[in-house]
Amino acid sequence: MSTIYILWLRQIKRYLRSKSRIIGSLGQPLLFLVALGFGFGPIFQKAGGGNYIEFLGPGVIAQGILFTAIFSGIELIWDRQFGFLKETLVAPVSRLEIMIGRTLGGATIATIQGVIVLILTLLVGFRPNNLWAVPGAIFIMFLIALLFTALGTAIASTLEDFQGFQLIMNFLVMPLFFLSGALFPLQSAPPFLQTISKVNPLSFGIDGLRQTLTGSSHFGLSLDLTVLGVLTAILFVLGSYLFSKIQI
Amino acid sequence: MTDLAIEVKDLTKKFGDFTAVDNISFEVKKGEIFAFLGPNGAGKSTTIKMLTTLLSPTSGRMEVNGFDPKTQQDQARKSFGIVFQDPSLDDELTAYENMDFHGILYKVSGTLRRSRIKELLEIVDLWDRKNDLVKTFSGGMKRRLEIARGLLHHPKVFFLDEPTIGLDPQTRNQMWSYIQNLNKSEQITIFFTTHYMEEAEKVAQRIAIIDHGKIVAQGTSNQLEKQTKTNSLEEAFLSLTGRKIREEEVSGVDRLRMRRRMFTGRR
Repeated sequence: MSTIYILWLRQIKRYLRSKSRIIGSLGQPLLFLVALGFGFGPIFQKAGGGNYIEFLGPGVIAQGILFTAIFSGIELIWDRQFGFLKETLVAPVSRLEIMIGRTLGGATIATIQGVIVLILTLLVGFRPNNLWAVPGAIFIMFLIALLFTALGTAIASTLEDFQGFQLIMNFLVMPLFFLSGALFPLQSAPPFLQTISKVNPLSFGIDGLRQTLTGSSHFGLSLDLTVLGVLTAILFVLGSYLFSKIQI
Repeated sequence: MTDLAIEVKDLTKKFGDFTAVDNISFEVKKGEIFAFLGPNGAGKSTTIKMLTTLLSPTSGRMEVNGFDPKTQQDQARKSFGIVFQDPSLDDELTAYENMDFHGILYKVSGTLRRSRIKELLEIVDLWDRKNDLVKTFSGGMKRRLEIARGLLHHPKVFFLDEPTIGLDPQTRNQMWSYIQNLNKSEQITIFFTTHYMEEAEKVAQRIAIIDHGKIVAQGTSNQLEKQTKTNSLEEAFLSLTGRKIREEEVSGVDRLRMRRRMFTGRR
């Protein structure tokens, strides 16, 4: 237990100390909210989609979580390159505990980031149905965060250095975001896009957030939670396995 | 109860076709200071990694404090401390937090942990800087902190992989006198690797010379000189390992630096 706690605490301390990282990672969500939210808002309204900021808000929150979570997982490569990983790997603790601590730490950071983006969306005019929806939404944010931190850790366990990082950004993280229903409603999208979004876990995360915050849903909340829960468990097991295979 | 701290028999490690450590055998007695001397890329670090559970050997047998690092990982891990060749501190944490982190991982209980951290940081002269982030430390300070950290859980065997690389002579001297003291007062067994012959000669009671993954000779520095009919350890070393210059494979960090240089066009 203390092992998990200290690894979690380390992630949190590192996060709170890198102010530039916190502020820097808010730039993108803000840009999406302002440029897309206000830019496409009027057209969206005319096409009968309703208030676009209301639609976009949960998508941008999920984007903030996705990026932070994947990056927290990928940070493992950093620890490997700069030696700290060795310190944890020679310690008399199981790799599963290390993996749990790291993942919980990364997921906590990503959730905090999600909450900060939620506050940003409030500033540009996003309004949840009622304030009581917020705790439920934070729970879903944490699930999304957990899922993608585990994914990031699993990927990072197989990489030696940052060479593959661009590849991950452009062929995994960006597609996950753009093909998820964060920016456009899935029900009116062409069938092939709908199919893609159905194998994209982020779609279910965003849908769950949208359901709790604004009451509109494409897949239904129970399906959202099931997909997120099952996939998180699978990725966690996979990540732990790959992590346990690391040799330095 | 044997009086051996480390026992290695026919240990081999292959990476694909390349044999990094080739069928080596040696023993280190309890309380001894033992040096692994060899040129770059001889297999020193690979051996340490196997002894410290980071790599699993291709074949052979080994014991550290009576535990097999392959099958009794946790018992073995509790019984040794290690200072790695490259720094392994968290730069974004303070000196104290790095120590505390280590203590918690090794299950050193609260009050004992705090008193030992204070004691060790005072010995390595870093108590005044305990609340500073490690990224503000010089190379020598980082190395001292790593030594203090490696001793926090009172290991019986202390591994040091090229501990003095990049340190100035003052720091080097201070470090060795502290480690030698520790060896005497606490009976801690010291196993270190180096490619500095003076260092091996001055500090170690026994030396194994390793080259191309094989142990080519072992004994006291006098015995090695006699074996090779030379007058100094340096000559003995060169006569055993030849005069050809070795290239070590670049490490990950070096590759990273190289790429950054290529990317930004800076030199």
